[in-house]
Amino acid sequence: MVKRSYNQTPIKAQDPEVRSHNFNEVVLGYSLDEGRLEASRCLQCKNHPCMLHCPVMIDIPGFIKKIEDGDMDGARKIIAKYSNLGAICGRVCPQEKQCEMACTLGRSKKFEPVAIGKLERLVSDWDLDNPEPVKVIPHDKGRVAVVGSGPSGLTVAGDLAVKGYEVTVFEALSTPGGVLIYGIPEFRLPKATVKKEIDRIRDLGVKIETDVVIGKTITMSELVDDFDACYVGVGAGAPHFMSIPGTNLMGVYSSSEYLTRINLMHSYKFPTYDTPIEPAKQVVVIGGGNVAMDSARSAMRLGAENVSVIYRRSLEELPARIEEYHHSVEEGIQYHWLTNPVAYLGDENGQLTGVKCIKMELGEPDESGRRRPVPIAGSEFIIPATTAIEAIGQGANRVMLDTYPDLKTNKWGYVDANEETCATSVPGVFAGGDIVTGAATVILAMGAGKIAAKEIDEYITNKTAKKTSHSA
Amino acid sequence: MFKVTAYERLTTNEYQLWIDAPRIAARAKPGQFVIIRMDETGERIPLTICETNPKDGQIRIIFQVIGKSTAELAEFKTGSELLDVVGPLGTPTAIKNYGTVLLVGGGVGIAALYPTVKGLKQAGNRVITVLGAKSKDILILRDECAKYSDELILMTDDGSIGRKGLVTEAMEDVFNREQIDQAWAVGPGIMMRFCTQVATKHDVPVYVSLNPIMIDGTGMCGCCRVTVDNHIRFACVDGPEFLGAGVDWDSFMQRMRQYRVQEKQAFEQYEQLRQVQ
Ligand SMILES: Cc1cc2nc3c(=O)[nH]c(=O)nc-3n(C[C@H](O)[C@H](O)[C@H](O)COP(=O)(O)OP(=O)(O)OC[C@H]3O[C@@H](n4cnc5c(N)ncnc54)[C@H](O)[C@@H]3O)c2cc1C
Ligand SMILES: Cc1cc2nc3c(=O)[nH]c(=O)nc-3n(C[C@H](O)[C@H](O)[C@H](O)COP(=O)(O)OP(=O)(O)OC[C@H]3O[C@@H](n4cnc5c(N)ncnc54)[C@H](O)[C@@H]3O)c2cc1C
Ligand code: SF4
Ligand code: SF4
Ligand code: FES
Repeated sequence: MVKRSYNQTPIKAQDPEVRSHNFNEVVLGYSLDEGRLEASRCLQCKNHPCMLHCPVMIDIPGFIKKIEDGDMDGARKIIAKYSNLGAICGRVCPQEKQCEMACTLGRSKKFEPVAIGKLERLVSDWDLDNPEPVKVIPHDKGRVAVVGSGPSGLTVAGDLAVKGYEVTVFEALSTPGGVLIYGIPEFRLPKATVKKEIDRIRDLGVKIETDVVIGKTITMSELVDDFDACYVGVGAGAPHFMSIPGTNLMGVYSSSEYLTRINLMHSYKFPTYDTPIEPAKQVVVIGGGNVAMDSARSAMRLGAENVSVIYRRSLEELPARIEEYHHSVEEGIQYHWLTNPVAYLGDENGQLTGVKCIKMELGEPDESGRRRPVPIAGSEFIIPATTAIEAIGQGANRVMLDTYPDLKTNKWGYVDANEETCATSVPGVFAGGDIVTGAATVILAMGAGKIAAKEIDEYITNKTAKKTSHSA
Repeated sequence: MFKVTAYERLTTNEYQLWIDAPRIAARAKPGQFVIIRMDETGERIPLTICETNPKDGQIRIIFQVIGKSTAELAEFKTGSELLDVVGPLGTPTAIKNYGTVLLVGGGVGIAALYPTVKGLKQAGNRVITVLGAKSKDILILRDECAKYSDELILMTDDGSIGRKGLVTEAMEDVFNREQIDQAWAVGPGIMMRFCTQVATKHDVPVYVSLNPIMIDGTGMCGCCRVTVDNHIRFACVDGPEFLGAGVDWDSFMQRMRQYRVQEKQAFEQYEQLRQVQ
């Protein structure tokens, strides 16, 4: 047997010099041979700690073994049991904090963990290119409405269609996919891949109606009356603003707006596409999560002279995926650690010219256990900027909630749902994903969808049984 | 796809479409709008729902050509199809019986004002309507507003119909003459700003309809933010109507100019292409 290499099998990626000027995918994926080589590094641990740290508990050693054996069909069949969106999760899951963090190989001296996410992507991409004929089964067990077509809603829809339900997904935007379409940029998650995954869910017989805002076009009460059960997966994309002076200057964006213009509306192809975006020159991004990285790297690709990220804590606390951080540094993005903006400065036309910042130091730990950043008096300085993008977090999407007070929310404005069952205060209405947890991850949103599909099936089955026993 | 069922050119630069959109027609209330996207490469443009015909599932929109997207929309004909029409968006006008109300509309803003005129009349108000335009031939919806107004005052820049002068002059006259319980002003930013000044001087609360640049129209992007009473509000969900006295007009009008360079470029390119064709 060949000796296991310490390091993960290298993966092809676009050169930083080249990729920082285009929106094409950065990481190019393994070939089948590279995949087999990487799969052979797996120890096939009996206690499979990796699996226990995957939110949907994919049989990781199982599918990796199949790859090693060259049995891609077997590998896809295993993943399909746990996930409907493998090509997406394999790309954007925070693997290093989940499955790969627990990997036995990675925990032994000198070894890097098995590249589980990249192997999952390999299988799922292969699966999309070599689709199996779908068996459309009769949808006669009941009718379910899903509000929102993000990863959570799509998962519920796919699972329930397979179980024999007639499912309609309602989406406010013109294109289904939620954050996968309007938020996460093309260079990390190609829209063609998302589209293929969604088409597959459609092939199962799921109906997706775009341009329907529940609460406006159709009310939630109407859905509750018309369908046997509803699932609410409306996400948490509503931008917060710091509300510092100058927020209304031209050039100041929320990350939601910036990324929506680019991803959903293709403004990087203006004027072929009609939606404009300001030319990126000197760009400052505020925040330290994935959303901040995506905004900064997008600005770079729009041709910015320089892009800097200002974050009020330090690299150690950076919430973004570490791979994304490294990619961003390779692409020339600069960081101002322990820095917070205090005001936007503008010229007489109302155009942004700079961001006034203040230096911070870490003080006592706060409720979250992280040391709280406190401003250092007199340390203000100005970063010249023509564009500033606030990526400081998002809150609940409220359009539907505001028109349906029956659905109880918690003190943060998220839907109050039982995490084990996705049940809400309204019988027959289930909820999950970001609208319950607050902004989280694709895989957690998907996991909630898995649970909800099971619970909805049970709920409708019981309801139908009761009805039949009553009428008998 | 959403079919255009009737097309009409109202003035040199203003057009009217009836669109087949049954769900929107069934639910739309005065003050609400739709967002339209013509095709895959199109931008999302907000337009007020001017009227509905719930029985036939139709909505009516009136728009003015000011840039590329509206120019392209003006090329649509009966039978053409729009890729996306989503709505009814925004918070409806607070229609109720206030007593005597004054409604002021300018330019294409009259299209957005008309459903409010009608709604307030049907709610039992005494309705005084002031319409303003550059000249007679571009004054839209005159007869329809007259039908739902107890008094209709017309103001034109050139005096070609009604009185010569600005809508604010007519407002002053009405305020000096009688007690107004609630006012509305819908039109260009600058007009709404001055209407707010006049109404505030006379202690009359005035609603204005803000039309900032929008994208999603569902509160998800923050592009349409306006500052009202020192708070950031999203016009697409919290508005588009706000009490004018609290609006930070400077920043509102500034943000409307954000894409001027790109809009000009897009429009010129479009015009050139059309000439070639
Ligand atoms: C820029 C960015 C980068 C990210 N990067 C990562 C990453 O690398 N890895 C990761 O795991 N996670 C990442 N996330 C987080 C992840 O995308 C979300 O946690 C996930 O998409 C949540 O899924 P969801 O189904 O709950 O909601 P969403 O994906 O938000 O979908 C909700 C959908 O509901 C629709 N909707 C809302 N209201 C209504 C209504 N009233 N009627 C009809 N439709 C409605 C919305 O338009 C939207 O399409 C990122 C998020 C962002 C914004
Ligand atoms: C709630 C709301 C209701 C509206 N109702 C009507 C209506 O009933 N009839 C009508 O003619 N117009 C209405 N508008 C304005 C209309 O949306 C714009 O005229 C249109 O988007 C301009 O597109 P364009 O490509 O032709 O012009 P552009 O070249 O894009 O823009 C020219 C100018 O129009 C303004 N503008 C651009 N994009 C937008 C946008 N998305 N939203 C608002 N203003 C914009 C800007 O000031 C810009 O400088 C409404 C706007 C809002 C927000
Ligand atoms: S879904 Fe995410 S956590 Fe689970 S195996 Fe795949 S990459 Fe790892
Ligand atoms: S923990 Fe690592 S080495 Fe062990 S089975 Fe999982 S992937 Fe393979
Ligand atoms: S248009 Fe996006 S929040 Fe209003």
